[in-house]
Amino acid sequence: MTAMDLDRAWDLHPQVSVRPEPFGALLYHFGTRRLSFLKDRRLLAVVQALADAPTARAACLAAGLAEDELSRYGRALAVLAQSSMVVGRTS
Amino acid sequence: MTATPTSSRLVDLFEYGLDAPICLTWELTYACNLSCAHCLSSSGRRDPRELSTAKAKAVIDELEAMQVFYVNIGGGEPTVRPDFWELLDHATNHHVGVKFSTNGVRITRETAERLAGNDYVDVQVSLDGATADVNDAVRGPGSYATALRALEHLAAAGMRNFKISVVCTRHNIPQLDDFKALADRFGAQLRLTRLRPSGRGADVWDDLHPTAGQQRELYDWLLAHGDNVLTGDSFFHLAGYGQALPGLNLCGAGRVVCLIDPVGDVYACPFAIHEEFLAGNVRAPGGFSRVWRDSELFRRLRTPQHGGACASCAFYDTCKGGCMAAKFFTGLPLDGPDPECVQGHGEKLLTLRPVGGSGLPKPSGDHSHRTGAPVRDCVEDPLAGLRLTPKEENGAHG
Ligand code: SF4
Ligand code: SF4
Repeated sequence: MTAMDLDRAWDLHPQVSVRPEPFGALLYHFGTRRLSFLKDRRLLAVVQALADAPTARAACLAAGLAEDELSRYGRALAVLAQSSMVVGRTS
Repeated sequence: MTATPTSSRLVDLFEYGLDAPICLTWELTYACNLSCAHCLSSSGRRDPRELSTAKAKAVIDELEAMQVFYVNIGGGEPTVRPDFWELLDHATNHHVGVKFSTNGVRITRETAERLAGNDYVDVQVSLDGATADVNDAVRGPGSYATALRALEHLAAAGMRNFKISVVCTRHNIPQLDDFKALADRFGAQLRLTRLRPSGRGADVWDDLHPTAGQQRELYDWLLAHGDNVLTGDSFFHLAGYGQALPGLNLCGAGRVVCLIDPVGDVYACPFAIHEEFLAGNVRAPGGFSRVWRDSELFRRLRTPQHGGACASCAFYDTCKGGCMAAKFFTGLPLDGPDPECVQGHGEKLLTLRPVGGSGLPKPSGDHSHRTGAPVRDCVEDPLAGLRLTPKEENGAHG
């Protein structure tokens, strides 16, 4: 799996809908018609912070993650990027 | 939802139910131009108490607020409702995706173009035979030609990945490769679902459900083609042959799916139209969300189930005793094996039932055409369009 570039800007794909659930969240991509899920609420906070953060790293920190958690959450983001749930942002 | 599961399997999280369904089936009308022998909702005639356009829109608004990702619209034949297109637009404008099942009767060149232009719509054309003779024997004369014409219009309009939806029967299992070829020819995706003994399906189930040998054939075929063929929760009872198939290996009734019928009654699953599985009505105070969250029945379905006679089976973890509706309508105990249990336990139980089918539960409503001609398009298998990204089966935690 290609690693997540934490130092660039990312966003949720515009066709992805996110629904918080007690265990985390469900994600549905209307383009690929695929369902995915986030296993915890902090990952949800990270994903929600992406749009307004200059980088994924900043989004993680804004969501309250510690430095030593970045690689684990980075891997989770990479999985989401692979299925186009999360996409690179240029502006 | 009270439990906070620590498991990383999506199905285990689903077992406790969700704050809102992932998708639900909504049968807009019992009216239908056809009279399919196995119609799960016994459709034909319109019910005069059908939800009005205004009420149906209010339900859609509620689904939007609950963030239900999409609805599977069926019937009856949903497109014969005069406000069908209006409701479809209302849903997709409100971020509620629509997958609808149709026998194709209203899919013209114009409507196909309209559908192809809407990213939030998916169409499932029902076809139960890869040839006219096999299809029309179940779905009625001319229904094959109608479906094929619809497929042509959809393909010509540039619609991608619409579905050809097949209920697997004794007569069409030998045609699996032909169905796949047909789907490929139209750029469509094949969706196979299980014949369940629901609605009029109960009357023909004994004669139409696949034989044990055919179940094995289907299983092997799905193992070979599974990634490109949608099945939803149809075949998890086949997990007893060895490995679990792709798809959702869980009975989602009342946990992740449910049915809203044309008059607004909410049932645990589209294949369980019986008062035993009636949770409430969308017209009652609190509407649909109240039913979903608070119904006694749904709360019960969300507690861990017991394996009963299946508990000692090595395949219980993936087969889970099969389909609740299939057991119920064939008169088998809900905590025992599925009637089509691949170990043969269900078959044994079936032979012990009283002869003549007396004592079998009957569906709550019968809207069949009184002429006795067959009726309808079927298979609103709630999850048959669902694609789980295989990776995510292990959690999005890389
Ligand atoms: S009762 Fe059967 S059809 Fe209904 S959700 Fe459960 S497994 Fe699926
Ligand atoms: S005994 Fe029960 S769990 Fe085992 S294969 Fe049969 S239905 Fe499934």
